[in-house]
Amino acid sequence: MPEITLVVNSKVGLHARPASLFVKTAGKFTSDITVNHGERTANAKSILNVLTLGVNQGAKITVEAEGPDASEALAALQDLVNDNFGEE
Amino acid sequence: MNVLQGISASPGIAIGPAFLFHRMEIQIECCTVDDPTAEWQRFEKALAVAQDQLETVYQRARDESGEEQAEIFKAQAMILEDPELLKTIKTAVDDQKVNVESALHDATEVYAQMLESLDDEYLSARALDVRDVASRLIRILLGIAETPTADLDTPSIIIAQDLTPSDTVLIDKSCVLGFCTADGGATSHTAILARGLGLPAVVGAGPEVLDRCNGNMLILDGSAGKLFIDPSPEYADDYRKKQNHYALILDKAREKAQEPAITSDGHRVEVVANIGNVAGARAAIEAGAEGVGLLRSEFLYLERPSLPDEEEQYQAYKTIADAFGNQPVILRTLDIGGDKELTYLSLPPEQNPFLGVRAIRLCLARPDLFKPQLRAALRAAAGNNLKLMFPMVATVGEVRQARAVLEECQRELEAEGQIFARSIDIGIMVEIPSAAVMADHLAKEVDFFSIGTNDLSQYTLAVDRTNAQVAHLASSFQPAVLRLIKQVIDAAHAEGKWVGLCGELAGEPLAIPILLGLGLDEFSMNPPAVPIAKQIIRSLSLREAKVVAEQVLQLENSEKIQAFVRSEVPSANIV
Repeated sequence: MPEITLVVNSKVGLHARPASLFVKTAGKFTSDITVNHGERTANAKSILNVLTLGVNQGAKITVEAEGPDASEALAALQDLVNDNFGEE
Repeated sequence: MNVLQGISASPGIAIGPAFLFHRMEIQIECCTVDDPTAEWQRFEKALAVAQDQLETVYQRARDESGEEQAEIFKAQAMILEDPELLKTIKTAVDDQKVNVESALHDATEVYAQMLESLDDEYLSARALDVRDVASRLIRILLGIAETPTADLDTPSIIIAQDLTPSDTVLIDKSCVLGFCTADGGATSHTAILARGLGLPAVVGAGPEVLDRCNGNMLILDGSAGKLFIDPSPEYADDYRKKQNHYALILDKAREKAQEPAITSDGHRVEVVANIGNVAGARAAIEAGAEGVGLLRSEFLYLERPSLPDEEEQYQAYKTIADAFGNQPVILRTLDIGGDKELTYLSLPPEQNPFLGVRAIRLCLARPDLFKPQLRAALRAAAGNNLKLMFPMVATVGEVRQARAVLEECQRELEAEGQIFARSIDIGIMVEIPSAAVMADHLAKEVDFFSIGTNDLSQYTLAVDRTNAQVAHLASSFQPAVLRLIKQVIDAAHAEGKWVGLCGELAGEPLAIPILLGLGLDEFSMNPPAVPIAKQIIRSLSLREAKVVAEQVLQLENSEKIQAFVRSEVPSANIV
């Protein structure tokens, strides 16, 4: 299963607007996407799941995808996180 | 015509239709359903309606308060689409065949509690969003109107069980003539809100009020604590005359609001205001207040996700203190605990919060809370007349401890080279009976006292003032309370210190002659009460007020005391 590791640099971590953007982006794909942070695992399409991961600034997350558009999904999420969610 | 007797919470008369305010406390029953598929379809329809509603609310919020404030409703809309949440609900409906309301409630509570348990203020606020979304869906499923005051479009008298600070945000104040609640005492939130708005209010009118007033014509007599349901036209006319008379007295008093309060024999007292924010400062100045006798600092701490920092506090205190120039502004340090909570402090729940780690007790235990506030106040006090006051002092030792922390802050500011007040007047609230009894010792430790009659009455009479069944006992006209007030004033004067009073009693027309006669130096009240208080003081001589006070202290109960002043001092018998 393809998997990538990302560092979340946004000030608020994976909360608030970054979390919404992350979940919305994941929601565009049909693949199953999961996010792992430490011991916790979340459905990347579930805002409640993602919030309860408690990802703060500087934290490392791994994202896995499984399905027909898995690699596109991972690429899109990688762009989003690496662009720091479009923040300055 | 029916008459309900409650407790007078805010003076004045309102005549108009009733509007019943229902808080959304919906009991959800768990039952089994025969057809889970149909149950799920019912839920999907509700989801679509909720999405529509949130879009409308989002647009209204964006137009009224801007994009940032409106974002919360976008975030709520995402919760409605959350696949994990929907899966949990669907599984419960399909496998356990429970009704969807119950499945929804259980699933959202799991998430809300999980978010709360993460001990992060942002996530705790999201827990509220989850619950808000859940109750929106449940209201839709059960066919209950969206907001409790959605239909409030004509000026009305608001009837409610009780009102919380958050309820009052929902109410369009331009459509409110007055308030009447089933629960509550004279110092409940409804009462404080009504006095702040200058609207009449009756509280503690009993549960009947909720069954009997919906759309009926009402007369609300806030001064007498009475509510008349469907009055005859003659009666309503009579009340309109009274309403006009009160308005006339108020108009006259307002004309002279900016003039000082000097008795006919030349004794001057200060009439100042109780305020809770910057807007209150403006209202106080307009009403003729000669300073601020009580600045509640809680406004900086409430309704926010985290503690305000020193800089933010400094700016707020300085803005208010500077607005009054040389006139005094008394900042009361944080009074949290009791019925006032700060969720982000995550303080452990207490069995008796009114008798627990409240106010100065909390501040002394938590220098991380106390010191930034003291530093901000010391810095803000440079160049104006800001004074500091500690709430809920019970012992001499607490004053000394608080003073030690203050001096530590002064040394720190000195070392940092900051501009701050090197000398500042320090006072305490006298609101615990032990402080009143020990006033002679305490007077040696401070520059002034301010008597908090709301809490002093509650603690003296052993009455929970938020409990409607006993709230009537907590009247500040109780002779026991008045005797304590006399003791405090005498003890302070013996040490050459002055005494103010910042409880509701200071603005009560019938109390003013008594307090004046007892020698009170400063009367601090809600801004709308200032003009009439000044007018009453001007109508009296100190000599006659002393006689009234002496006689009042011989009476056996609060009813007799009020009746006595009503008959002896006509100028105070206005409402």
